[in-house]
Amino acid sequence: MELTTVWFVLIAFLWIGYFVLEGFDFGVGILLRVLGRDEPERRALVTTIGPVWDGNEVWLIVAAGATFAAFPEWYATLFSGFYLPLFAILVALIVRGVALEYRGKRDDLPWRSRMDTMIAVGSLLPALLWGITFANLLRGVPLDASYEYVGSLGDLLSPFALLGGLTFTAVFVAHGAIFLALRTTDELRDRANRMAGLSGLVAAILAGGFLAWAQQIRGDRWSLLIAGLAVLSLLGGLVANRFRREGWAFAGTALAIALAVTSLFVAMFPAVMPSTLDPESTLTTVAAASTPYTLKILTVIAAIFTPLVMLYQGWTYWVFRKRVMVEPPVAVPSGAGS
Amino acid sequence: MDTLDLARWQFAITTVYHFFFVPVTISLVAITAGLQTAWYRTGKDKYLRLTKFYGKLFLINIAMGVVTGLVQEFQFGMNWSDYSRFVGDVFGAPLALEGLLAFFVESTFIGLWIFGWDRLPKKVHLACIWMVVLGTQLSAYFILAANSWMQNPVGFRYNAERGRAELTDIWAVLTNKVVLVTFPHTIFAAFMVGGAFVAGVAIWHLVRRPGVDTGAFRTALRLGAVIVVVAGAGVALSGDQQGKVMTEVQPMKMAAAEALYESEKPASFSVFTIGTLDGSREIFSVKVPYLLSFLATGHFDSEVQGINNLQQAYEKLYGPGSYNPNVPLTYWTFRLMIGVGMAAVGLAVLLLWLTRRGREPHRLLIWLALPLPLLPLVANVFGWVFTETGRQPWLVFGLLPTSAGVSPGTTSGEVLTSLLGFTLLYGVLAVVEVKLMFKSIRAGLPGAAGTPGDPTRPDSGDDGSAEAEADAKPLSFAY
Ligand code: HDD
Ligand code: HEM
Ligand code: HEM
Repeated sequence: MELTTVWFVLIAFLWIGYFVLEGFDFGVGILLRVLGRDEPERRALVTTIGPVWDGNEVWLIVAAGATFAAFPEWYATLFSGFYLPLFAILVALIVRGVALEYRGKRDDLPWRSRMDTMIAVGSLLPALLWGITFANLLRGVPLDASYEYVGSLGDLLSPFALLGGLTFTAVFVAHGAIFLALRTTDELRDRANRMAGLSGLVAAILAGGFLAWAQQIRGDRWSLLIAGLAVLSLLGGLVANRFRREGWAFAGTALAIALAVTSLFVAMFPAVMPSTLDPESTLTTVAAASTPYTLKILTVIAAIFTPLVMLYQGWTYWVFRKRVMVEPPVAVPSGAGS
Repeated sequence: MDTLDLARWQFAITTVYHFFFVPVTISLVAITAGLQTAWYRTGKDKYLRLTKFYGKLFLINIAMGVVTGLVQEFQFGMNWSDYSRFVGDVFGAPLALEGLLAFFVESTFIGLWIFGWDRLPKKVHLACIWMVVLGTQLSAYFILAANSWMQNPVGFRYNAERGRAELTDIWAVLTNKVVLVTFPHTIFAAFMVGGAFVAGVAIWHLVRRPGVDTGAFRTALRLGAVIVVVAGAGVALSGDQQGKVMTEVQPMKMAAAEALYESEKPASFSVFTIGTLDGSREIFSVKVPYLLSFLATGHFDSEVQGINNLQQAYEKLYGPGSYNPNVPLTYWTFRLMIGVGMAAVGLAVLLLWLTRRGREPHRLLIWLALPLPLLPLVANVFGWVFTETGRQPWLVFGLLPTSAGVSPGTTSGEVLTSLLGFTLLYGVLAVVEVKLMFKSIRAGLPGAAGTPGDPTRPDSGDDGSAEAEADAKPLSFAY
């Protein structure tokens, strides 16, 4: 395989990792105030993602950094072209990250409740906006001959893009609900299970529609096949959820997300930013790539460290595999040790 | 203001803001790890309680460091797309390395450290925080390697056809002589901040809460002050090295730092200068003879080039245009970095002397609690403003002017939106974080051994009595 292709695959892999992992913690965030009825419940919900959400977010940092390194033109065009959506994503991620880290650092309920709202909004907005962004990536945007984005904000908000946003959101909600069913106990677990069924149905319908429309815009047999498998594994996950086989259900939604994102990347290849103006100004892997020397170095680094990262992140999930229980409110001694 | 000015302001504001948290993170995590190690080795309760106390302050700080770092990374593509196209082949590699090697390690092991107190064996848990220390060091190294390449591009070739710099030698980039001196300098400077922070907090407690945990805070006070003094020496030594490297690779920055308009042999160091605002002539100054020659080259009588001479040389090399950075800014930030930072060292020495051999700190020392940490922090900002503005008008020295790096398609409206958005958000977050910091500082050391909140108590497990359990989880404040 060409090194440029290898890196296209690797970057797709990083985005898949990001959406599979942060997908469920976005879902948990969105559902925080829906499933958690009081502070101890919400605290339990946040604790399920507490040790891992930051590590999940680093997949995004590395996806962006790797794009910068391997395909500078892609990074430049994408980030400057999708300026305002990315700005909104950043603001949301900042608010969310701070709220996640600070919610437990004060003992008053209004504070925690405010932080919970910030977590919910900070999870919903990026889910929606990543969907819009990826739909636009696939559909193509107006690029001029020097690969500069020449459209306006309105160009990014087509019906297809909006459907993409809704699809991502619904899928993440279902994915998060199943994760919660897997990681909590008793009543919370039941509630999460029901929510997973409900949101999963919506997600399956939206995802089916979105992927079909995406196929119509661009795609080949392979992307069609993969998209079909994505919908199937989502349905499979829902069936498992129905039978309270939470591990299998989670595997189902995780696989569905991975396959769906794969199908988008497969449909795009070898373009990384299709242009809607002139096919000549479509940015391809080869045109966007760094030199073979740089790609070679990056490949060696990635070959060594990506497995290592997966190993110790996997270990984290193993360490925190126990289900999280809801703890009744703790009477806080005044003074020291909050 | 046009897109370029706005993008520059945004970069300056967001980076300086990011760098309020970075030095605290770099040093406080290491100090916390040190305290935890002391507990692990001696079993003394005081170390455990200090670990938890400063550990919590560290966590409050790093949350901000992480979220503001995200903006830094996106900003290159959003506001500086032509710059990204130009440098991506070279610059992307250290950035990707930083993510893959450093950020994953940091974020994963921090999670394990916070939540792992009662899940992991003591030794493994201790190793987790040391992994975070390693992560922060790596992260600093890689990003500084990237920045150093902009100060002194090496290991690349210019591809005229693609109009970009292309990597030819990654090793040269990672061992750039600029990064070799910048890294120790930045790390020492970070430790000045962390040491001063630890000491400042301890002073507050010793004066305001006499009799409460005096032993532990006394240890913290002296530890922090010693760190400031040692790191201060490190900063001075490495800074001296940096000056020499800078004279070699960016003579214009050195000339501007000294407001030296005409070449001098031997050159004197000016303690104070007033020049014309356009930076072409000096009006009044106080000078120490020979010193500049020594700082810049290591010899008392060698020549140091002046701004005007360099300007002529650069015009010949790069064509017409102005190649001076903002001289007053460069000149004053250089002096303020040194002056303000070294003032902190002075205070730390004073503190050590005043608290020698068991002496209780005087009430008036409370006035040092806040300035002590702020001085090195501010010195860090001056240092960066000096380094970055001293490089102007270049973004990548000698290769890419700042004006050529900005995103061509991005409108000033967009940049203004994000500039205002980030600035407002950062302002609000600063208030939130400072309040939380003060609240946590005021709360004092967490419970002693045997009381609830003592992590050495056996894990009551997930199904234990909920009340005792929630309280017994150390750092249970985390979520
Ligand atoms: C506590 C903070 C602090 C203190 C007390 C000092 N510095 Fe510093 N200095 C920094 C914090 C800093 C910094 C913020 O960390 C910088 C910005 C970029 C860098 O490498 O470090 C810096 C940059 C910087 C540079 C610019 C390097 C370049 O642009 O290539 C020089 C020449 C010095 N320093 C020299 C000194 C000297 C001779 C000091 C005398 C004692 C000194 N610094 C104290
Ligand atoms: C965290 C430490 C840093 C601080 C505090 C800092 C500070 C600054 C400041 C104050 C400016 C504005 C200069 C001007 O407009 O005249 C600036 C510009 C810039 N710096 Fe740095 N910088 C830091 C690290 C870096 C690093 C590590 C990089 C590269 C990886 C970098 C790249 C840039 C770029 C691209 C600009 C914009 C162009 C410009 O206006 O000069 N900076 N930085
Ligand atoms: C302008 C260039 C910079 C970029 C693109 C950048 C990027 C980032 C990012 C994305 C993060 C968040 C990582 C996470 O989620 O764990 C971060 C945090 C961090 N950065 Fe920066 N950074 C820059 C400047 C610097 C400089 C100059 C230093 C040190 C000398 C530094 C040191 C750190 C450290 C130690 C952390 C982790 C601890 C913390 O979050 O406070 N950064 N940075």
